Amino acid sequence: MAIIETVGIAKRYPMGKRKFTALRDIDLKIEKGEFTGIVGPSGSGKTTLLNIIGALDHPSEGSATVLGKKVESLSHKDAARLRNQRLGFIFQTYNLLPVYTVYENVELPLLLLKMNKEKRRELVETALKRVGILDKIDSKPAQLSGGERQRVSVARAMVKEPDLVLADEPTANLDVANSHNILNMMLELNRELETTFLFATHDEKVMRYLRRQITLTDGRITEDIEKEPEPVSPEEV
Amino acid sequence: MIMVTLKLALKNILGAGLRTWLNVIILSIAFVAIIFTQGFIEGMGNAIVNDMQEMLYGGGQYWHEKYDPQNPLTIDGSHGELAPKMKNMINNDKMVPILIRSGSIYVNGNSQVIQIKGIKPEQNVIELPSEHLNTESEYIPAILGSRMADKVNLKENDQATIRWRDKDGTFDAADIEVVHIMHTSVQAIDNGQIWISISKLRSMMELGDEATLTILPQGIEAPNIVASQWLYKSPDVLLQDIQNMLKTKTAGSMFMYIVLLAMGLLAIFDTQVLAIFRRKKEIGTLIALGMTRRQTILLFTIEGALHGVLGLIVGAVYGIPAFAWIANKGIKLPDMMDQFGFALSARLYPSFGLKLLLMTTLLVLGSVTIVSFLPTRRIARLEPTEALQGRGK
Ligand SMILES: Nc1ncnc2c1ncn2[C@@H]1O[C@H](COP(=O)(O)OP(=O)(O)OP(=O)(O)O)[C@@H](O)[C@H]1O
Ligand SMILES: [Mg+2]
Repeated sequence: MAIIETVGIAKRYPMGKRKFTALRDIDLKIEKGEFTGIVGPSGSGKTTLLNIIGALDHPSEGSATVLGKKVESLSHKDAARLRNQRLGFIFQTYNLLPVYTVYENVELPLLLLKMNKEKRRELVETALKRVGILDKIDSKPAQLSGGERQRVSVARAMVKEPDLVLADEPTANLDVANSHNILNMMLELNRELETTFLFATHDEKVMRYLRRQITLTDGRITEDIEKEPEPVSPEEV
Repeated sequence: MIMVTLKLALKNILGAGLRTWLNVIILSIAFVAIIFTQGFIEGMGNAIVNDMQEMLYGGGQYWHEKYDPQNPLTIDGSHGELAPKMKNMINNDKMVPILIRSGSIYVNGNSQVIQIKGIKPEQNVIELPSEHLNTESEYIPAILGSRMADKVNLKENDQATIRWRDKDGTFDAADIEVVHIMHTSVQAIDNGQIWISISKLRSMMELGDEATLTILPQGIEAPNIVASQWLYKSPDVLLQDIQNMLKTKTAGSMFMYIVLLAMGLLAIFDTQVLAIFRRKKEIGTLIALGMTRRQTILLFTIEGALHGVLGLIVGAVYGIPAFAWIANKGIKLPDMMDQFGFALSARLYPSFGLKLLLMTTLLVLGSVTIVSFLPTRRIARLEPTEALQGRGK
């Protein structure tokens, strides 16, 4: 069964007397293990679609089934549980909690899962090791560079080994080297753990890594192609 | 979940640094000040009640049916023969009779109306230092309270003339000598009166075994006196006026600490409103990580309430030693307190009871939790997608 299946999704926002249509007729199927990006110009509806899939927003029309759950009909509590247990989020602005250390930030999803302390420590350290930032474990986000912060946020998304990671413009605030580092890391995690990644981006660098690229134009899918990823090796950067 | 939320909340407010400690300090001051004020007033009340009982009310009084302390004009007609049972008790030091008559005192050519009170010098029922009335003197030995002595300008060993009418209305006069000046908080045994031996007073008035009132020692049960002209007044009845006055004073002092507490609560409210406004993105992130809105509301409410808990802890750190010290050493009161409305013993021992501590703790924690919760309700109206962008109402 597909990890994500949407049927006829539309999203409209009230705009004065009329309605503004941000998404329409979105039929989409994403299978386990995909490394897929939604691309398109600014305002084309990428974030809106990602939020609906992440059970953070409701479609105005249509239905989205994510990991077997119809997200538009989930209660608050069930939506929270779905996000907590099976989804990971990566944001453009990292969204780390400023008063927590790196360790505590990455530990937070596990705390919400009521995991015991030893297990938490083991998983947090594994996640931090994977993104290569174990040495900053006791730092506060303010003491880290942008690239390091995004690695922490990847670790936070990956720590519970979710089925699906939703990443909205994860490289928008990073320089070229850090962007490729993060992308290589995510591709690695995708291969190793078979985690499904879904990006929303208009960054050409991200597109090089995608195996499938879905283009949105004015809220509609206008292209959906499969391709060979062309990662940039660390030496090239 | 509560434990996790508590842990996160504590991290958050400790992470907020100075602002948190400012709130905590304000709350701790309010907390300590409330307890101190209440303890002070309670201690004052205890002292007043205690002094009144020791010096005057004892374990209750029997009043002559005509006796009305509010009406000094009728005092000369308000005494009568003691019942046989009373005489018996008086002989066994289980009761002390007081006879009150009116008269006047002459000092430096001025006269002033007074009450002459007779008491048995050998009594042990109340702590009025009546034994001084046995002092050898050519004149009538008399005891005055310090306020009265100041007013008529008499010191120990001074003499003055008193004048009175005996029971038949005949004027007479004699000299007294001040053998003792007593410093007492109880104005009712001080202002406008002098104390002499009851047997002397009876002979001056040509009265027999009569009294205006009698006093029982504290802690004994009131015997049933079968004599219709003697009315029993329990300590509670006697203390009623003073208790009512204390209640009014307590209500007055509440104002001060309600202002203090309100300041603390306002600071918390402000912190909460600001926190929710500034931390929208954080709220959105927490929701994306899998918190429900209810948990987020709980988190922010606990953060606010923790200010109260920290306030209590900080307050306890400096409050408990301070209270213990004050309750032990007492507070030296300025003489001013006399004009304040209560006459008090020179040292006041505030009383910090468990009930006071618990009630104040509950009051502070309860009100802090409520004002912490109120602003969090807007989280419930926040859309996660807007919160994530730091937007939303
Ligand atoms: N809450 C909202 N109310 C009204 N309009 C909205 C709201 N959220 C998004 N939109 C509109 O929907 C459209 C799609 O927005 P969305 O954020 O999904 O675009 P995007 O493809 O992610 O753009 P970008 O690349 O700039 O992030 C935009 O025109 C935006 O103005
Ligand atoms: Mg976007």
